[in-house]
Amino acid sequence: MIGYLPMDRKERREMLASVGVDLDQLFSMIPECDCIQADEFQALGEEGMSEMDVVDRVKALAAKNMNSECYDSYLGAGYYDHYQPAAVHHLINRAEFLTSYTPYQAEISQGTLQAVFEWQSYITRLTGLPVSNASLYDAASGAAEAMLLACRDKRRYKVFVSEGVHPDTIETIHTYCHAGDIEVVMGALDENGQTTVFPEQGKEFACYLVQSPNFFGVVEDLDLVTEKAHEANALAAVSQDPVSLAVLKRPGDSGMDIAVGEAQSFGIPTSYGGPGAGYMAVTERLMRKMPGRICGATIDRNGRTSYVLTLQAREQHIRRDRATSNICTSQALIATAATIWLALQGSAGLLDVAEQSAAKAIYLEKKLTESGYFKLVYDAPYFREFLIEAKEGIDLREINAALLEEGIIGGLVVPGNRMLIAVTEKKTKEQLDCFADTMLRLCDERGGK
Amino acid sequence: MYKDTPIIFELATKSKASRYIRPLDVPKPDFSSWFGKAYRAEEPNIPDVDEISVVRHYTNLSNKNYHVEIGTYPLGSCTMKYNPKVNEDLAALSGFAATHPLQPDQTVQGNLELLYHLEQLLNDVTGMDAYTFQPAAGAQGELAGVLLIKAYHEDHGNTKRNVMIIPDAAHGTNPATAAMVGYKVREVKSNSKGMVDLAELEKALGDDVAGLMLTNPNTLGIYEENIEKITKMVHDAGGLCYYDGANINAILMHARPGDMGFDCVHMNVHKSFSTPHGGGGPGAGPVGCKAILEPYLPRPVVRKKEESYYLDYDRPKTYGKVRSFVGSFGVLVKTYAYILRNGAEGLHQAAEGAVANSTYLRERLKHAYRVPYDTPSMHEFVMTAEWQKEKYDCNTIDIVKRLIDFGFHPPTIYFPLIVPEAMMLEPTETETWRDLDQLANAFLKIAKEAETNPELLKNAPHDTPISRPDETRAAREPILAG
Repeated sequence: MIGYLPMDRKERREMLASVGVDLDQLFSMIPECDCIQADEFQALGEEGMSEMDVVDRVKALAAKNMNSECYDSYLGAGYYDHYQPAAVHHLINRAEFLTSYTPYQAEISQGTLQAVFEWQSYITRLTGLPVSNASLYDAASGAAEAMLLACRDKRRYKVFVSEGVHPDTIETIHTYCHAGDIEVVMGALDENGQTTVFPEQGKEFACYLVQSPNFFGVVEDLDLVTEKAHEANALAAVSQDPVSLAVLKRPGDSGMDIAVGEAQSFGIPTSYGGPGAGYMAVTERLMRKMPGRICGATIDRNGRTSYVLTLQAREQHIRRDRATSNICTSQALIATAATIWLALQGSAGLLDVAEQSAAKAIYLEKKLTESGYFKLVYDAPYFREFLIEAKEGIDLREINAALLEEGIIGGLVVPGNRMLIAVTEKKTKEQLDCFADTMLRLCDERGGK
Repeated sequence: MYKDTPIIFELATKSKASRYIRPLDVPKPDFSSWFGKAYRAEEPNIPDVDEISVVRHYTNLSNKNYHVEIGTYPLGSCTMKYNPKVNEDLAALSGFAATHPLQPDQTVQGNLELLYHLEQLLNDVTGMDAYTFQPAAGAQGELAGVLLIKAYHEDHGNTKRNVMIIPDAAHGTNPATAAMVGYKVREVKSNSKGMVDLAELEKALGDDVAGLMLTNPNTLGIYEENIEKITKMVHDAGGLCYYDGANINAILMHARPGDMGFDCVHMNVHKSFSTPHGGGGPGAGPVGCKAILEPYLPRPVVRKKEESYYLDYDRPKTYGKVRSFVGSFGVLVKTYAYILRNGAEGLHQAAEGAVANSTYLRERLKHAYRVPYDTPSMHEFVMTAEWQKEKYDCNTIDIVKRLIDFGFHPPTIYFPLIVPEAMMLEPTETETWRDLDQLANAFLKIAKEAETNPELLKNAPHDTPISRPDETRAAREPILAG
């Protein structure tokens, strides 16, 4: 027997012979010329490996990495290291959630369907917008889908995107919009790192998109964005870190039309950038234009509450080239993990995570900026990530390399000799003090004073 | 075991406590003044629930799901095969799971080596020259692949090529993807053998054609016998060929898209390489291409310089990104482990097993249900309930709902659209002969029941957490959140 196959070739031959089929003729429909010729592969071995050997090989690769469980890390920039209670992975690794598929047969998929319904409910409560889908791939593609949605709705083919949006999201928006022949106009940040300058001419834009907290950590004024967008009869959209919604005004309460974001921050492992889960919430009016799977409540023949995939007339398997998107799955398991994380944390836990992250970020920022080596780039409220700039003579790339030598993964260095530093509730005061002291010592050593 | 599972919001306790986070050990700022008018004074309106209630709630929910580890799941085109346990353990290693996507390359050499090696493996398997790991799922892989075609034509000044040819049997994602890329869809009809009609294809070709999207074996499970002729015709007309890898699991290590003449391909790693479906994601849809398309791949790609690996962002002709960071790395670890475990011979036999199991099932059922195409099929086949509908007014939905009563997951139904009352069965290679017989026996028994007791089918399923739900009501009066 090979790999995971329950039958060997002999049994397969016997089974087929019992219905009058010859195993050797099974692939006879593949013309000779198509049959695989490559006898020398660059990497693929002829024989499979034992489970023991695979484990050794893959573990050895994992061991070559530095990871945040062994090294203190200050990276964020869209992916954040929040604590995941142990119950989460135990529950989502149940085969019932892990090995089922998109819930096409509602009668035997109520588990997944109700979990999705609960996810949608959490997202609507957190964003203050009434309609959520079952999740999208990630924040970046979710924001891109939001631009397409807005253009479909407004029948306009131009969108306004703040430079405070995550660079990967901006690049993804460019890709999707270029494909859909939509013009992307970028909007600069003001001296406080906020999006306050909007296009002068109205009536051309389908959507204004900002990110809050933005890529540089700064909290945007969503009331203003909404006001300006609606003045121009455009939709107002925001990409958000959903943990921040415990302490920040909800986009729905600001009157925004679309909220997207990355649910990875609900305790999903950073896993080198994926899988995470994008969310999307919209106003009632946009419900039938939304991309993605949607779960709805109904009743069965006996009047029992039941959950089903619904509003499918939007989707590719029915509408084909007129569908709202080509997406046909979601990030169901990750969305379920996020849902369970929210259920376990509750309002008190979510608030604690958000407040502790912010308190610790503020504590660290003060320690760093009080030294005189660094200044806070934008004088505006931030959530759990902030941007500092080093004074002349201190090269942050070099500092980051020196931090690595000491077993610390520093923040993200961005142009202008600046560093974006993220802090979550997982950090202790001791770690923060040690990080700040190390940074300052490294600056001292470089004669920064 | 709870029969009723009210939504989580109904399980709120009165006690509000943060349970998992250690106490704050730095000063707590006044958030109201810190955030100013952006501050949300009221606490989040989500419930506080104790841990045992949460655990019971989701365990009870999970028990309402059918899944691969409980029985045969012959959902055609979805490839519900066994998901090896070891792959889950490996992807969860903190050496992978606790790495951040923006870590410096020298701190994630293990991740990069894995991806680099996986790219070589996928090249070997598909006959391609390069891969991107960006796409988060098969459908996004389609988008990433068709964008390569668009970028190629733009780079070569082929501004008039704005049509994508797609056979009528294609998955809905194909036309939806082409539309997202701004292409008009030109459909070609299938012939009586269930294959692309060459005369129709010839008519569809012209100097406005950007390319062809083709699934092979197609959604009827049939291998396109003229595949090399087809790719040549498209190339001669100046178009490029996109291989939808949804069904490549049928021919792994038997034939390769690269050798058939395709320029790019996506693979659904859950179908071909056993990563779990997770109730509808997360997946991964790596896209491979020939050297002519490599410059346009989304960035970053993983490259090697001397003995170290790095993410290459410096790609002047790239069309950009389709998502953030590198891709769904955690899913790719499972893919990698699966391919290593199998080797070329294991993948070859997996495909053989998939085709053997499907063929066996088809032979056992073809006298009870109509098989619309007598062309030999591969890893999946389509049969219909036309006979049952005509004679006993039992249609596909009734038959498959009754199948649930026998302990099986239904096949894919009413797809492909070109076949009325379609049932698409894909047992996969990880089922035993005994499993297949049990499934076949159930279908045969149901065919008899349609004759003798059709009401049994119409009222099915009988022993499930819910009976048939009212889908019309769900769409007409949407309740999408609680």
